[in-house]
Amino acid sequence: MNEAAPAPKENMGAPLPRVDARLKVTGQAPYPADFAAANVAYGVLATSTIARGSIRALHLDRARAVPGVLDIISAGDVGSIDKPKFGNTGASSIGPLHDTKIFHDGQIIALVVADTFEAAEEAAMLIRADYAEETPSASFDSKGAETEAAAGKSPMFKEDVKAGDFDAAFEAAAVKIDQKYSTPTQHHNPIELFSTTAMWQGDQLTVHEPCQNVTGWKVELARQLKIDPANVRIISSYVGGAFGSKGPMTARTAIVALAARRVGRPVRCVVSRMQSFGTQTYRAETRHRIRMGADRNGKISAFGHEGWEVTSRPDPYVVGGTSATGRMYDYGSVLTHVSIVHADRNTPGYMRSPPETPYVYALENAMDEMAVALGMDPVEFRRVNEPKKEPIGGRPFSSRSLLKCYDQAAEAFGWSRRDAAVGSMRDGDWLVGMGCATAIYPSSVAPCAARIRLTDDGQVRVQCGSHEIGTGVRTVAAQMAAERLAVDIDKVSVEMGDSALPPAPVSGGSISTASVCSAVLKAADAVRAKLFAAAVAEGGPLSGSGNEKLDMQDGKVVAAGGKSAAIADVFKSMQVGAIEEYAEFAPKGSTGQALKKLYAGQPEFHGGEEDKDSVKYAFGAEFVEVRINSYTREIRVPRIVGAFAAGRIMNTRTARSQLMGGMIWGISHALHEATEIDQRHARYVNRDLQDYLVPVNADIKKVDVILVPEVDMEVNPAGVKGLGELGNVGTAAAIASAVYHATGKRIRDLPIRIENLLV
Amino acid sequence: MRPFTYERPVNVQAAVAAASHLAKPLVPPTQSPAQFIGGGTNLADYMKLGVAQPERLVDLNGLDDAGLRRIQVDDKRIVFGALVRMSDAAAHEEVRRRCPLVAESLVLAASGQIRNMATLGGNVLQRTRCEYFRETSWACNKREPGSGCAAMDGFNRQHAVLGGSDQCIATYHGDFAQALIALDASVVVEGQHGSRKIAFADLHRLPGDTPNIETVLGPADIIVAIEVPLGPWSGRSRYLKIRDRESYAFALASAAVALDMDGGTVRHARIALGGVATVPWRAKKAEEALLGKVLNEGAAHAAAEAAFADARPREHNAFKIPLGKSTLVRALLETRDMKV
Ligand SMILES: Cc1cc2nc3c(=O)[nH]c(=O)nc-3n(C[C@H](O)[C@H](O)[C@H](O)COP(=O)(O)OP(=O)(O)OC[C@H]3O[C@@H](n4cnc5c(N)ncnc54)[C@H](O)[C@@H]3O)c2cc1C
Ligand code: SF4
Repeated sequence: MNEAAPAPKENMGAPLPRVDARLKVTGQAPYPADFAAANVAYGVLATSTIARGSIRALHLDRARAVPGVLDIISAGDVGSIDKPKFGNTGASSIGPLHDTKIFHDGQIIALVVADTFEAAEEAAMLIRADYAEETPSASFDSKGAETEAAAGKSPMFKEDVKAGDFDAAFEAAAVKIDQKYSTPTQHHNPIELFSTTAMWQGDQLTVHEPCQNVTGWKVELARQLKIDPANVRIISSYVGGAFGSKGPMTARTAIVALAARRVGRPVRCVVSRMQSFGTQTYRAETRHRIRMGADRNGKISAFGHEGWEVTSRPDPYVVGGTSATGRMYDYGSVLTHVSIVHADRNTPGYMRSPPETPYVYALENAMDEMAVALGMDPVEFRRVNEPKKEPIGGRPFSSRSLLKCYDQAAEAFGWSRRDAAVGSMRDGDWLVGMGCATAIYPSSVAPCAARIRLTDDGQVRVQCGSHEIGTGVRTVAAQMAAERLAVDIDKVSVEMGDSALPPAPVSGGSISTASVCSAVLKAADAVRAKLFAAAVAEGGPLSGSGNEKLDMQDGKVVAAGGKSAAIADVFKSMQVGAIEEYAEFAPKGSTGQALKKLYAGQPEFHGGEEDKDSVKYAFGAEFVEVRINSYTREIRVPRIVGAFAAGRIMNTRTARSQLMGGMIWGISHALHEATEIDQRHARYVNRDLQDYLVPVNADIKKVDVILVPEVDMEVNPAGVKGLGELGNVGTAAAIASAVYHATGKRIRDLPIRIENLLV
Repeated sequence: MRPFTYERPVNVQAAVAAASHLAKPLVPPTQSPAQFIGGGTNLADYMKLGVAQPERLVDLNGLDDAGLRRIQVDDKRIVFGALVRMSDAAAHEEVRRRCPLVAESLVLAASGQIRNMATLGGNVLQRTRCEYFRETSWACNKREPGSGCAAMDGFNRQHAVLGGSDQCIATYHGDFAQALIALDASVVVEGQHGSRKIAFADLHRLPGDTPNIETVLGPADIIVAIEVPLGPWSGRSRYLKIRDRESYAFALASAAVALDMDGGTVRHARIALGGVATVPWRAKKAEEALLGKVLNEGAAHAAAEAAFADARPREHNAFKIPLGKSTLVRALLETRDMKV
């Protein structure tokens, strides 16, 4: 055991190394654009340089003249395929080449296909468009931006939650705050660039693309191309950085598939870093107003949260984090309202904890302000408002270990050594500040299928169309199978990332570990049942023992009395070489359609706020120390401690890694990341990793993760809550709290930068 | 990227000839059909983006003159060959000991990988990172004279508050150049008419009405060496760089300071400011404000005020004025307190 591989506590699995760790660090893991396709042609996109208007004329002659150019697909050229659909699998309803209308900056206007990447790129740069340009609306404050209530506009957001009489309670409260907060636009910048490789064999299409939803994409791509989903296969063996960016399919995939059909060769299109800002999804900017009232003892009586989010003109993308913030504490009364603001922008999409990151940032920053207003310790303030039931529907929490998280994190951090007076802690020329905040993420689970094969030599193969997006799901699936079948993990191989495998839900919403492990558990138990039945049957090696008392240990079937039989002997008695079981897992409360929807790529989510019996969340508490130079005001984060409780932890190593990565991204949200928009032109300005800042190694010092034991068998059969998105919720608010403590400046608009703190 | 031809001459004369062959009168080197390449970390990037479109690349890495790769130090000066890599110069023991400012300005720049590639000659000629310059669809007078300046009323957080014109406010981002201008360095240039020496302070041109003309160099001029004189100020010198993250970022504001002290009193100060100006920026008025003064917070503040007296902010970069001042104050006090 070491820091990277924490010793498991109660209800935690061993910190086994990732099964694909060596492949990844040696560059052997085959990412989709690495796949060596024979006779491949290269596709390069050309994108719009205006955000609103239409294409009057597209000049392709110079591009066509570049030696090696095979084909150019441009606006109006894709009549044979259907437009994309906006929803869970489709990023946007904008079919960029379906007409000449321009909806946003960086919209695809053509795809050039050539023998070489260089020729395609050169040609794409030579394409000129004449536009009929209209004045675009860039964001919230732009002329022409259209605001509407979010509830009911999209299946993603059903209602504005409320409870009690907020107005009266707020009016009557002894202590109140009424503040505005905002979070900036953020773009996905995975090191693995976005790409599509499409190849046809007759009417069979195979697409290699980094993807978090192979089943959903198969169905949606087939729909756009007007072919049978059975003829489409999506392969995505490894994904380098997903976080939602590879969840919904973008318009590019079908266009590249069409190009491959037209040129009669495989086509590979890798999107440049700059172009990914306009052609992929992103986290849109949000605004918040929070009103909170409390009595002098710190008991909250009123909580009001209004949110505004930017989206594209045609699509009602919304995250609506009020359903979580509205249930966080024991508020008394709650009033929420979410609006979406349509501007001339590409359609936003999921980014790690899409609703919670911006909404909980606002809530937790407000909680800190309220604690200051009350003269209370911020941890104590949260303790006073710890709920027994969620305030909206009065349902219990399936489990809630928030205060335990606070206690353990505060202890490890040394919170008691904090001097609460603002600006009181100093180290030479550096102002020191300490702050904290809550992390919350809904614990959901979805239907999932898996196939397990056990052979007489004790080898296990697990097949499941989930996705290794870096979370370690391959490893925990192997662990689950190894544990149930009592074989060494080295004997387990896991196949994922292929729509030809048993379907799994989209790898989003932190559901993968829970859903995949529940299906693997079910399949493994079916394999066990077959083995057990054979072992005790007439002529079986354990015949005469009772079936119900059997277990597996060390590659053997073991009976209650201690008698055991090697797997190989059981197989011998069965006269077969392999047992293969296909299991379909559907969570408690699933509708009759649940499995059908899984195969159709539209899985139902259960848990979180969806269930009747209880609400299900994972919680955490994060503590941060910041240092701010008294002259030049640069902000540094020497240490951060987070304690998290998330039900069963399958593997303490991968869990720690997820949470640590989340907190690091949280630091980035707080201090670094923002896409800058030229407000006049509604265009992104800083479209590369030089100007789009994320922390580098030197920015990240000590990051401590504490895994708090928690048992919750109500969430799903595996008892797993999922924690992929928990770590980055709350971090930015904890940093804002620490910055306030150091300087007395309350920064409500992210990111917090030097210019906000200069005196 | 546009197709180009590539040449790798073996001596300086051949390199000059290769470039002058395609040179056109009145066309500055950055727009000349032939361009030199050192480490390529700046030029290749701009070629990929379509900002630079040379027809011919003249690679300087095949040049046989050993002096181009040498660092020579004596009591009077440091002479850097133009092909010395940033990382080698930054790690050079004598350079670090005799003039910390030079080594610090290099080690705080870019990343380890880039410093291993980048040459000192290429470094001083690196072009601005103005976002609107980097993307060819925007109006930009520097890239396309007469097209306008999208940054002026656009997003200009990183732009210059000193030395700008109505045509261009792009920051000169290099760090090393601030050390060089503060220390009265000069560059040795080989060109069509032989060899000449240019004071570093004269190398870069203010944008004025011609932001596309960035230096006084001609299209076939090769920087072969950089000379840094040493003096009583060299040992007490440092580079303070303030940026959005701890590493791998350009300066929001930086200060290059070298002090010759008589006890607590300033005998001679040399100051340059990075991240805030359109060219490497010597702060002479700040130096004068310190002459003969006891260097305390008050004197440092007065110098900082003098340095930024002419600063002109735009919408998003106004913070660079207070930040630049505090950076200079902190740098002066830290340099004063150095144990030499
Ligand atoms: C991500 C990133 C971050 C960076 N951060 C920093 C930073 O923080 N601080 C900083 O100072 N710099 C930074 N840089 C810039 C870096 O220092 C320069 O790219 C580098 O020094 C250029 O040197 P080079 O040899 O690679 O130049 P090249 O790219 O080869 O050339 C640059 C220019 O100089 C010309 N040229 C090259 N050598 C000669 C010569 N001997 N004579 C005449 N002309 C010549 C070329 O024609 C070209 O126009 C960064 C760069 C990148 C990509
Ligand atoms: S500031 Fe200079 S480089 Fe930037 S857009 Fe304006 S003219 Fe071009």
